[in-house]
Amino acid sequence: MIELIAQNPILAALVALVGLSILFGALLGFAAEKFKVVGDPIVEQIDELLPQTQCGQCGFPGCRPYAESIAAGDVINKCPPGGQSTINAIANLLDVPAPELDAEHGVESEVKTVAYIREDECIGCTKCIQACPVDAILGAAKLMHTVITDECTGCDLCVEPCPVDCIDMLPVAETIADWKWSIPAKPGQMIASDRRGELSPATHNEGAA
Amino acid sequence: MSRTWVTPGGVHPPENKHQSVTLPIGQLPIPEKLVIPLSQHIGAPATPCVEMGQQVLKGQVIAQAVGMVSIPMHAPSSGIISAIEHRPIAHSSGMLAPCIEITTDGADTWIEHQGISDYEHISPRKLLEMVGNAGISGMGGAGFPSAVKLNPGRQRPIDTLIVNATECEPYITADDSAIRERAGEIVEGIKILSAILDHPTNIMIGIEDNKPEAIAALAPHVEDSGISVVVFPTKYPSGGEKQLIYILTGKELPAGKLPADEGMVCINIGTTFAIKRAVIDGEPLISRVTTVTGDAVGTPRNYDTLIGTPVRHLLEHNQFDEQAGGRVVMGGPMMGFTLPSADVPIVKTTNCILAPSYAEIPDDEPAQPCIRCGMCAEACPVSLLPQQLFWYAQAEEHDRLEAHNLFDCIECGACSYVCPSNIPLVQYYRAAKGDIRQAREEKVKSDHARDRFEFHKERIEQAEREKEAKRAARREATQQAKADHLAATANGTATPAPASGSGTGTAAPSAAPSSSAADIIAAAQARAAAKQANPEDQRAKLERTIASAEQRLKMAEEKLAEAVNSDNGKQDKLSAAVENTRQKLEQSKSKLAELAE
Repeated sequence: MIELIAQNPILAALVALVGLSILFGALLGFAAEKFKVVGDPIVEQIDELLPQTQCGQCGFPGCRPYAESIAAGDVINKCPPGGQSTINAIANLLDVPAPELDAEHGVESEVKTVAYIREDECIGCTKCIQACPVDAILGAAKLMHTVITDECTGCDLCVEPCPVDCIDMLPVAETIADWKWSIPAKPGQMIASDRRGELSPATHNEGAA
Repeated sequence: MSRTWVTPGGVHPPENKHQSVTLPIGQLPIPEKLVIPLSQHIGAPATPCVEMGQQVLKGQVIAQAVGMVSIPMHAPSSGIISAIEHRPIAHSSGMLAPCIEITTDGADTWIEHQGISDYEHISPRKLLEMVGNAGISGMGGAGFPSAVKLNPGRQRPIDTLIVNATECEPYITADDSAIRERAGEIVEGIKILSAILDHPTNIMIGIEDNKPEAIAALAPHVEDSGISVVVFPTKYPSGGEKQLIYILTGKELPAGKLPADEGMVCINIGTTFAIKRAVIDGEPLISRVTTVTGDAVGTPRNYDTLIGTPVRHLLEHNQFDEQAGGRVVMGGPMMGFTLPSADVPIVKTTNCILAPSYAEIPDDEPAQPCIRCGMCAEACPVSLLPQQLFWYAQAEEHDRLEAHNLFDCIECGACSYVCPSNIPLVQYYRAAKGDIRQAREEKVKSDHARDRFEFHKERIEQAEREKEAKRAARREATQQAKADHLAATANGTATPAPASGSGTGTAAPSAAPSSSAADIIAAAQARAAAKQANPEDQRAKLERTIASAEQRLKMAEEKLAEAVNSDNGKQDKLSAAVENTRQKLEQSKSKLAELAE
């Protein structure tokens, strides 16, 4: 038998190739079992990028369901709290073109807001507590409620259920601790006379008109 | 003379230091109002421990340190607390921050204080406590609490103490003039530091060669003390902590590491003076040497300034010409920032007030597009690629910025200084750093929100599961009861089901419980019998029946009369109904009569 294979080069090649394919097949099969990834890692990665406000403006009950939906092929521009930067990040991750935010789901707000309950108007109905996705509202039935502003994600899901309209979405004030420098105007966008207030607002307006 | 190393990059801007060292350190009259910001250092702001209208003495604690990384604040002069509120402070944002205002009484009365002269015999812990209680934070720039810096957990012993007398930034001469006049006290302070750090083997004062007077002033005091004065060529920026460590030791501090990790401590020379005053004299840090310079001031010179002195007070006593110079800069021309207003107070880190004339430091030319000349990369003392960072900062590519070590940038401004296109590079890096920090904070927050949301969901689901379980249990119990009942019926009278007791009445124990159905019937009969047994009840019931029947009869008769009048087909039915009611009424009446007998 060995003799025959050794004598016949085609047969030898065939045996070697079949042997190798069985070997590598077994190896691959083993690897597929051993290093199997549980769950869908892309969902995790998308979920990481979403802002976790859990506001439901995308039409899904929370950020993770939307991440799952994106992984299943949904469009990536349904998240107003994340805004364009989140869209860009997801587009980058999925290697697809970044669309504009879909206005149907809301507009990107300029400033971050958190909910405040006007406490003397609160009747203690607990409706907002039930609506809050992150348990950031404190209170009990027929007792005043209040928002833990550090935990509030600004999703405004509590505003609508309030029967006495005592919840306001107020902008978060900037403090010295979180103040930051802004990117300077791009070179070429500023002309020499714009400096040092030499151009009075009046003449500036004329120039603009 | 020990060996020194040369840092990469660097620039040589005009020094302009000679103007402010012609006169000795001056004293200013005590300002009417002193404003002490509660946060002059890195770490938690201090908490006020005085009340409005309270009389305070010079050196009295007016705000307590909060937590580990914090320092207390002391009254720089005696007077009355006239405000505890938000005031403009020296910050590039121009925002307000909590401050304590003292209206001084001019007496400048010290609180009782006492130092110790034999610090060699005091434990380092006690010395550290004195430094901490004196409210000393780094006076070179960042303002890190000194007691924290000197007590770095001791994972490894400190073998090198570096005293930073570089003062590399143009115009500033605060440290220079302090060394010239106070060299003895400064060396005393270094010896105290040495005692605190358990006598490091290597103590060096790093100083640039543009301060020969200061070097000469130090020389007699450091003789035979084990302290070496290391002089190296002048170059900006040599005074950065990492740069100075490299110049003096040749060791490059890895990114994100502190000098203490390498067994080193680097401390500003002004801070050593404050430490001497705190330990030997028992005086807290309430004043510092500040340079007032620039062409827009009359006589550039150094002042021993009380912390909290408004910048305006300094300028007014120095013939500030507001027409000549439009702006006032805190710090030097390279790293300083333009003050939002001259009302902000001097703080513990203020080494210079620069009021340049327009001719001296003209406004920045408008930025031109980058021509990729690469001069910024040559000037960078940290060997970064400023041009790449500039592109990425414009494109807001945070990952790439971090990959290009943006956070190793010391914001020295050398790149902006050499840029032929006048691009404000450092501002781009600061903005990018701010954005990245904010993004990191938001990431932490959003992860936290995700955890809370998941917990919330889990809680709701659990409640739902519990409800569902209860419902299922109830359903099962009902079905069980039904099944038992059916089984009992099928078995007939022979074997009453053991569980049937709950389903049957117990009112008639006399009736033989042959089966559940029979039980129910028997119970009903028993109840009826029991009712009949009570004549009182029965009479009341009959009376009620009679009353209602009479009412009904009356109405039926009325309807009948109506029907007769209108003459329609309902007449017969109605007359039958009337007859029926009348019969019932009569029956009831006869029963009542029977009962009465």
